[in-house]
This record gives sequence, structure tokens and C-alpha cells, in this order.
Amino acid sequence: MLNINEVIETNQMIHEMNLDVRTITMGISLLDCVDSSVDVVCEKIYDKITTKARNLVKVGKEIEAEYGIPVVNKRISITPVALVGGACCKDTDDFVKIAKVLDKCAKKVGVNFIGGYSALVHKGMTPADERLIRSLPKALASTDRVCASVNVGSTKTGINMDAVKLLGETILEISRQTSERECIGNAKFVVFTNAPDDNPFMAGAFHGVSEADTVINVGVSGPGVVKRALESVRGKDFEVLCETIKKTAFKVTRVGQLVAREASKRLDIPFGIIDLSLAPTPAVGDSVGEILEEIGLEYAGAPGTTAALALLNDQVKKGGVMASSYVGGLSGAFIPVSEDQRMIDAVEAGALTLEKLEAMTCVCSVGLDMIAIPGDTPASTISGIIADEMALGMVNQKTTAVRIIPVIGKGVGEQVEFGGLLGRAPIMPVNSFSCEKFIARGGRIPAPIHSFKN
Amino acid sequence: MADKQMKRSIITVLGKDSVGIIAKVCTYLASNNINILDINQTITAGYFNMMMVVESEEVIKTFSDMSAELEQIGEEIGCRIQAQHEDIFEMMHRI
Repeated sequence: MLNINEVIETNQMIHEMNLDVRTITMGISLLDCVDSSVDVVCEKIYDKITTKARNLVKVGKEIEAEYGIPVVNKRISITPVALVGGACCKDTDDFVKIAKVLDKCAKKVGVNFIGGYSALVHKGMTPADERLIRSLPKALASTDRVCASVNVGSTKTGINMDAVKLLGETILEISRQTSERECIGNAKFVVFTNAPDDNPFMAGAFHGVSEADTVINVGVSGPGVVKRALESVRGKDFEVLCETIKKTAFKVTRVGQLVAREASKRLDIPFGIIDLSLAPTPAVGDSVGEILEEIGLEYAGAPGTTAALALLNDQVKKGGVMASSYVGGLSGAFIPVSEDQRMIDAVEAGALTLEKLEAMTCVCSVGLDMIAIPGDTPASTISGIIADEMALGMVNQKTTAVRIIPVIGKGVGEQVEFGGLLGRAPIMPVNSFSCEKFIARGGRIPAPIHSFKN
Repeated sequence: MADKQMKRSIITVLGKDSVGIIAKVCTYLASNNINILDINQTITAGYFNMMMVVESEEVIKTFSDMSAELEQIGEEIGCRIQAQHEDIFEMMHRI
């Protein structure tokens, strides 16, 4: 029989430490919606998504009420649209048509984001892939809930530098076209290396081609719970520290496992994976930066930050893996700047720079995330930042990503306010030396050797 | 819930200690055909903490109605009353 202290502990985690299930994401394959007419494709997509996901939000709310655990987001991920629209989209406007239908579906079923307006171009671009990339500025400007991603590199294929070059220009154009809404288009767009097929988190979620027709993936969170647990072991050695993180991650993940199992049963859709990520929000007490401080750093970004983040990420995985039967997605600690109050504070205090963030992404779950840079940054510099981040992922056999927002009309020292879960971001300085000739070369960086590791 | 039988649930009451908290909650449960299997309570830092393990062979109300009504009673007596399926605690604290 349960004892009262266990019950109190669980409820304190929920009520005082922001423990929640960050997202139930339903993956839906759209491969069976392919047709040579764009209107038929749109119709098929609308029918399939609104049928498969019609109860998603309802079930999420039921679970929330019955178990007393907040399920913050209900979302959908779909087959990369470049594949679905390849046969019918003759120009970028055809792709935008599909984006609008996806937005309509999301609003109809009540999910806050739908991810998968994506292309996988890590070795080469098909004409459809290129059209989708070129349609991004318009697609993201004319929709509210559609999230996009492009995978430009992998450990096995290298990095598609033509795509990296094109994306530098595209990201600037996305900012221009959404400049009246704080350049929000780029908050919904992410560039990947080694993108996972089953990631439930936005903006990078898509439903990989190796997945089943429909699947339920769940993303757990709980930076606040880890932070509070660490308060009780201040000054103790690393063994105690690591044990504490591991045990906490186990408990957090078990809740995710329960929610995933229930959602899967009630929706009659197979359970895919749990993504064990510490995903911060701008709320006080829901911050990864705060955990780093509790580990012993004055601010995130201080010397020791990379080591602290490495151990945090590893212990979260070690604790989480035992708690769930299937673990996947990104699984680790996210370090977005705008979505984490203590990371914002660290940037404003001058403790955290773009270069330090880049180093941190070698050991965390994703990459340069929600970083605002000056709007006059050249396209080639953005491509250079992407190329650096992609190289880290390629060589280290991990997922890395860039979600960067050039803010049109603003410079270093100013800030941009996205609101809600996306938070606010101080505009960070970018190294002003040029990489234009490097990016102009074009072609592909070959895959790295997998032996002789040093 | 469509099932006739209610999943075993935990009701927690948290708030300032006052006369008649247990009586209020028990009266409600009895009138809704809900059986109390275990009661445990403790007072920490002046706060009243109670946990009840309950179940019902034949439910009259849906879980969400029961949960909402208990919450309402909680508001009347100045406590937070929450009903949750037992699984969330079992999952977290038992391997």
C-alpha cells in the first residue's frame, strides 16, 4: 500500500515544482495521401488528420483530470511534406497550399502545433525538397501552428552544404516575411543533423518514413523537480549529485510512461517512445539554467558549464531509460535561450555567449535553440553557424540543431518578445568575421571516418 | 468513465487544520457509494495532510464529476481536495 509521504511527494512535484507531461504527440503518416493533384492531396490530408486525431485533445484532457498531472501540449507530427507533396507540388505556392491545410487541421482538432513541414536533404535535394525550402518564408508567414524542419546532415552521409547555403538565405527571408510578428517564423523552424524520426518536441517533430501509420510519442519534462531535488544535496560530491538526478529522472519518466500507455490505450494507437527531455519554460522554477546554478555555477556559461551539462544529460538518460520500455526522440536536456528565464539572465549578465552555447551543444540533447541575433547578420554567417553546429552532430554521432532568429531592425542589447512558451530573447552578438568564401564553395562535406577516434 | 467499477483512487486533502474536514469528505463518499480502504493523515508545519485510498464496486458518478464535487467541497472548507487514480503514485514509487 502507498504511504502518505509518497503521495505528498508526487503532488508536491506537480503543484510546486512544475512537473508535467510536456506533450503527447501523435505521429501520422501521410504517405497514403500522395496524389498527382494538389487539391486531392490537401483533401486527403485534411480527412486523415482530422479523423485520426479527432480525440487527441479530449483524451489528453481526460488523462490530465484523472491522474492530476498537467498534459501541457497535444501535438501532431506528420510525414515530411516534401515527400508527400513531391508528386503534386509544381511550385512553391502548391507547397504553401499544403501548409495552410495543415494549419486548418491543427485548428480543427485543437492541437497547438503540427510538425513535419519538412525535407530530408542530408545527401542531396530533390526538386521537391528545394521547392519546399523555398516555400518556407511564405508557408511560415501564412500559418500559425505549422512547424518546419530540414535535416541537412548525418553521420553517415556528411553535410549538404548547398542546402546549408540556401537555408542561411531562407532564414533571413523567413524573418523578413514575419518581421511584423517579431520574426516568429524562425521560432517554428529548425535545421537538423541526425534528426530523429520519433521526436515529439517542436519545432523539430516529424513522423519518419520508417514509422507505423500512427503512433503516440510522449515528451516528459521536469527541470523544476530536478532543481528542487538538488537543493537537498548542496555541497555533496558528484556521486551523490548524480544519484539524485538519476532517481529524480526515473520518477519523472515513470509518469510519462503511464501517460503514454493510457493515451495509447484510449486512442487505440500504438505507443512509440518516451522522450526523456528536461524541457524548460519561461516560468520561474522550470529552468535548466537554474539546475546548472544549483550544481555549483554562478551562471550558466561559467567555466565548468559544459561538464555540468554533460553529467546532467547523462544522468537524466540513465534514470529515464530504466523507467520506460521504449526511449527515443531527443532525450536529454534542452538549452533554449528564450524559453528559459535563467538562460536569459545568464546572457544578460554577459556569462553566456553564442560560442559557449555551441560548446554546450556537444553534450546536450539538441543545439543552438531559440537564439536571437541581429537582423543585419549576413546570410553566409548564418550558414556558417549552421555548418558548425551540423559538424558537431555529424562527428559526434548525435542530433544537433539550429533554431536561430535574426531579428529584423534590432541589434545587440535589444530584446525580442515572442510570448507564451516561446518566451523572450536578448539579441546576442555574432562573430563579425566573414565565412562567405567558405559557404560559397557549394557541394557536400564528406561523411567522417568512424575509426581512429581521438 | 464507462466502467461500472471505479479504478482504485487516492483522495488527498491539504489545507489548514479545522474541525470536521474528515467528516465532510467521508459523508460525501458514503452518499456516493464509495468505499474507503485506508485513511492516513499527518500534520506538517501546521498544514493538514490527509490521504484516502478509495474504490467503488458500483459507481454512481463519473470520475470527473466526483473529482469536481470534491474540489468544490474543498473550496467550501478552505482545503485543496484532489482525486487521482492510484496508478500515478504506484508508477512513480514502485518498481
